[in-house]
Amino acid sequence: MSQGHNEKILLAHGSGGKLTHCLLKELIFPAFSNPILEKAEDAAILDLKGKTAFTTDSFVVQPIFFPGGDIGKLAVCGTVNDLAMMGAKPLYLTAACIVEEGLEISVLERIIRSMAKAAQEAGVKIVGGDLKVVEKNACDKIFINTTGLGSIPKKVNISGGNARPGDIVIINGFIGEHAAAIMSARQDYKLKTSIKSDCASLNHLIAELLTKSNNIHVMRDPTRGGVATTLNEIAQQSNVEIQLEENQLPISDPVRGFCEILGIDPLYMANEGKVLIFVPEKDSRKVLSAMRKHPLGKKAQIIGKVFRSAAPRVLLRTSIGSTRIMDMLTGEQLPRIC
Amino acid sequence: MCLAIPVKVVKIKGTLAEVDMSGVKRQADIRFLENIKPGDYILLHAGFAIEKINKKEARETLKLLKDIYYD
Amino acid sequence: MKYIDEFREKSIVKNLASQISKFSGLQINLMEVCGTHTMAIFRSGIKQLLPQNINLISGPGCPVCVTSQSDIDSMLELASIKNLIIATFGDMLKVPGTKSSLEKIRSSGSDIRAVYSPLDALEIAKENKNKEVVFLAVGFETTAPIIASVVDDARRLKIKNFSVYCCHKLIPPAMAALLATREIKIHGFLCPGHVSSIIGTKAYQFIAKEFKIPCVISGFEPTDILETILMLLKQIAKNAASVEIQYKRAVRPEGNIPAQEMLKRVFLPCDADWRGLGIIPKSGLQLNPAYDKFDARLKFQIKPSKTTEPKNCLCGQVLRGVKTPVQCKLFAKACNPENPYGPCMVSSEGTCSAWYKYNR
Repeated sequence: MSQGHNEKILLAHGSGGKLTHCLLKELIFPAFSNPILEKAEDAAILDLKGKTAFTTDSFVVQPIFFPGGDIGKLAVCGTVNDLAMMGAKPLYLTAACIVEEGLEISVLERIIRSMAKAAQEAGVKIVGGDLKVVEKNACDKIFINTTGLGSIPKKVNISGGNARPGDIVIINGFIGEHAAAIMSARQDYKLKTSIKSDCASLNHLIAELLTKSNNIHVMRDPTRGGVATTLNEIAQQSNVEIQLEENQLPISDPVRGFCEILGIDPLYMANEGKVLIFVPEKDSRKVLSAMRKHPLGKKAQIIGKVFRSAAPRVLLRTSIGSTRIMDMLTGEQLPRIC
Repeated sequence: MCLAIPVKVVKIKGTLAEVDMSGVKRQADIRFLENIKPGDYILLHAGFAIEKINKKEARETLKLLKDIYYD
Repeated sequence: MKYIDEFREKSIVKNLASQISKFSGLQINLMEVCGTHTMAIFRSGIKQLLPQNINLISGPGCPVCVTSQSDIDSMLELASIKNLIIATFGDMLKVPGTKSSLEKIRSSGSDIRAVYSPLDALEIAKENKNKEVVFLAVGFETTAPIIASVVDDARRLKIKNFSVYCCHKLIPPAMAALLATREIKIHGFLCPGHVSSIIGTKAYQFIAKEFKIPCVISGFEPTDILETILMLLKQIAKNAASVEIQYKRAVRPEGNIPAQEMLKRVFLPCDADWRGLGIIPKSGLQLNPAYDKFDARLKFQIKPSKTTEPKNCLCGQVLRGVKTPVQCKLFAKACNPENPYGPCMVSSEGTCSAWYKYNR
């Protein structure tokens, strides 16, 4: 970039003048490269047909670069996934960035390029955005807000309220990887691991699964609060009981070890590349098999089942054969001494 | 008040050891233990090794649990 | 995970449970006095495998739960001091004092950091020479030698901006105080495995000899806990009372001598105020006068405050094993993990928190 890689973001970069245009022309437009964006109008004009899924999300992760990803990749994948969970084909994203004065331009460049790569892999276009710069300490390096639009095919009806007794619960792989990677990267607890965030766009995997079964009832990504919290949400929405099998949960050895040392529970840890699928038993083998054939589903497992219930709840059948309640996460999970 | 986990000793430097649990590594202070070697397992509590796992006793406990407690 | 997974094996658990079920008949009350045991028991669902006549009671084994409200208020007072960093185990953050908690104060700007090890707190002091760092030293005999070592290091390295707020407590005196109340009949104790790694078996002998109650030192995996219960039942059936070690792979009869020496070097026994049990003589630890410079109470002139227990809160009786959480009017209604009244609900292994999460 003409401003030099050692240069920093100034307040002027956000004021809409020459410096802003420089950033747009030299970094953002080439990175996100699409005709809608390059029109540089006040709003993007889109021609949408049929049911549309529309979502928004904000990303404030620290550290902004972590094993397996960064805040930019997370922003794109997270938004794409929100759309995909509704059975939508993700199409367009916007990205509004709030940047702290003094952030190195090279860091912003890295994040923008990462977003561009993630968007390309997901097959979506970033058609709008915004850049504001705030004074030092008014934000922590960079915050990103996104919106996303996707089109929902006519017959698709996926909702958290659609879980039915008899449904099988499937997850596409190891849980807790993202949260463990972030906690390791922050080094608050001085643990060295090779754990990487599972941050990934799941729309291609989900599109594949939708061709295998017309009967998928629920899809949701277990992000903040982990699998346990997300299942509680679905149990509430659908007014059902969900039983999880502790022995069936796919947890990698390093995440297991990480959790044992700190005394935290992988079922409450955030995931950024996982989807929980609820499907009637008759289609469950087909869906599981299709998942396992996909790179993002190799470790897919059936982890539970849905039952009728007077009150919505999530139960865990423990590894020794007892049953206990698995509540929503309350507050932060902190390492314990006891 | 007792969360302590068996972890494997990988390297030792003075009173500090690098310990490993399924690929997760941390430094542990081993000043309370004697004759610790790489390959030993210690109980890690709040960054310190509070005891060395007695492998023989562990084996014997398991044997007892598996054999004698069967009718 | 080696030395963990093998002790969780379902077939061994089933067998132990079936051996235990042969001891049906009279009501037997077994008490565990370790918060980590409370957690382990609830997380694995062991109680479901026990026959009705065997009653597992949770005693005062949660060092967070038994920290007096006055101590918590003092910690909050420290946290409000300018240019002071509080370093603490995560367990303490949500404990309510009279008016607030460390977590709430943090949201108004106090620098409060959860650490995994007090060694990390010392590092924070080295990296922030223009600020004071106070470590909240909570825990029983497992943790006290570790704080002792870190305080000793601070003295050796002449680190001036580090101190500890000490409210360590000792388990055997609390067990004695509990037995002296005669509120419930305890037929056997599951003794804390990792406390015993440090102190060995000697400290429990008085329970077997004077009170004629069997004690078995237990590990934390499901097979450990079930084997311990079986060992206690066998003693009870024979009318025997001795101290046995189930957790042989991690506990020696003499305990860990270097850790015990470190404890003696840095700490002195003192009277301590246990929430729910009142003042128990010689059940706490205070810093030896040689380490006065590292005593946050002295350094910052913190005076104990007079406090009142929240109305209708039964934490004290729950801690003594006299009442169960469901018998408390506030349980799961006004008092829940998001809005805890007393430490039993706040601490991750407090009895009420465990019941709320796993037993409703």
